[in-house]
Amino acid sequence: MRFDVKKNALSLVVWALLLTAPLWVDRVGAYPELVTQVVVMGLAAMSLNFLLGYTGVLSFGHAAYFGLGAYGVGLTIRYLMPSTMAGLAVGVLVGALAAALIGPMIVRRRGVYFAMVTIAFGQVFYFIAFRWNNVTGGDDGLTNWHRENLHLGFATFKLMDSPYDFYYFVLAVFAICTGLMALILRSPFGRTLIAIRENERRSRFLGINVNFHIWVSWVVSCTFMSVAGALYALLNNFVDPRAFYWSQSGVFVIMCVMGGMRSFWGPLLGAAVYVVLQDYLSSVTPNWMSFIGLVFVAVVLFFPRGFLGVLRRRASE
Amino acid sequence: MSFLKVESVSKHFGSLVAVDGVSMNVQKGECRAVIGPNGAGKTTFFNLITGMLGLTSGRVVLDGQDMAGIDPSHRVKLGMARTFQITEIFPELTVRENVRIPVEVAAGLHLSPRMPAHLKASVNDRIEQLLEEGGLTRIAHRYAGELSHGDQRACEIMMALALNPRLLLLDEPTAGMGDDETHAVARLIKRIHRESHMTIVLIEHDMRVVFNLADRITVLAEGKPLAEGTPAEITANERVQAAYLGGAA
Repeated sequence: MRFDVKKNALSLVVWALLLTAPLWVDRVGAYPELVTQVVVMGLAAMSLNFLLGYTGVLSFGHAAYFGLGAYGVGLTIRYLMPSTMAGLAVGVLVGALAAALIGPMIVRRRGVYFAMVTIAFGQVFYFIAFRWNNVTGGDDGLTNWHRENLHLGFATFKLMDSPYDFYYFVLAVFAICTGLMALILRSPFGRTLIAIRENERRSRFLGINVNFHIWVSWVVSCTFMSVAGALYALLNNFVDPRAFYWSQSGVFVIMCVMGGMRSFWGPLLGAAVYVVLQDYLSSVTPNWMSFIGLVFVAVVLFFPRGFLGVLRRRASE
Repeated sequence: MSFLKVESVSKHFGSLVAVDGVSMNVQKGECRAVIGPNGAGKTTFFNLITGMLGLTSGRVVLDGQDMAGIDPSHRVKLGMARTFQITEIFPELTVRENVRIPVEVAAGLHLSPRMPAHLKASVNDRIEQLLEEGGLTRIAHRYAGELSHGDQRACEIMMALALNPRLLLLDEPTAGMGDDETHAVARLIKRIHRESHMTIVLIEHDMRVVFNLADRITVLAEGKPLAEGTPAEITANERVQAAYLGGAA
């Protein structure tokens, strides 16, 4: 198979920027934790977009799995064993398992009903984290733990001590997750998901078991979402119940819509814009959310396909 | 024994009786047309056969197997493929992708997270073959939503054929088309029927198409069976004439 540079131009640009980020972040007034946050939130938005953009199903409760990943890693490191990798594994496993069990109750619904049921389940987790004070720390969040350095036989990665080591660790996880998503989307299974997005009735009458396929897509999407949640907790060495809250789910949807739901990298761009705007605006005004809201409204009105949708169109014209 | 056996099926929507005790026996390899004035219940009748709607009473049997309790997507796997009155395709995908999806489903790949190397060539060959048969090769790279009505219909029919069905159900394949397109689609159906001896049931308004294609005709009126017979018998049937003329008067 030959590598088509033109077709993969966007991916090449994205990877070049991400890989070289530590070399130029200081010069543009940013800092390593901010780029790390962009990558983590980008992974979250891209995970949601697997379901939203490529299966055509809107979830308003993905924060539940983000939060499960986050609490999974935090609780494991705090109570069970001080290991970044073990925490990550537990977080992802818990998120995936919850998604697999809750999924069958959700996938029979469509449209606004699907969205409402996903919110409802998300809120259940929020209240558990909020109320179960002596384990989760309740409203104050889960503190007194931090990510651990990673010792592999041949090398030690100073995840805790060096922000760049942690950035590249996050980027490696991001690469694995997005690589897997890209592979799945290019497979016959991925095409079946796109078929469901495009026309559910036609898909059903091609003999596709639509609900089952949506369930699989849901589990894949939520699993990567809990990876993102776990990384987010590791980044902050902290997690609080707002990770579960439905407005957090809304933020992920906003990132997807702003960046462009129909493009693979769109949600990453949406996340970058959101995170950077938030970082900048919140230091200027406490009302930063209204400005992000304005940007969002403008995007929906004038670029319904998101930033990347606009760039794409320009490029093809 | 008939290949498709519909035994006095009925469908009630509340107090409205949309289909009332209709039976139909279609032989293997037959092309059957279902006709009737507007509101005769033809599409509802189709939806009962494909399982899109549940039966109020009656039975649908495909090749000896009772379809009761089998959902639509499973009926497709058992060999029932259909097209819709309003074309159902994937508008934002290219024609080739539209055909690729059912070909992969038929190859059992729809849950496969990667394309097995040994099937790649045969899947691609099958796609090109279907595109060729449907006269779609030259427009295969275009988005299906951009095509003319007739080409979209040809695309939909080839998608149904990609599933290797044993029974092809076509709901008004020439609805809303001009003469040229109607002619092209009718020719396509005729060729499919002649070359593959596929069992076909179609609803059709255009009588030229019906008389050109059908081996036998079932006439419905107000949800009830009105007549059944060869095209010549139906033309001569006084009750059919009365129903159509009465509807027009």
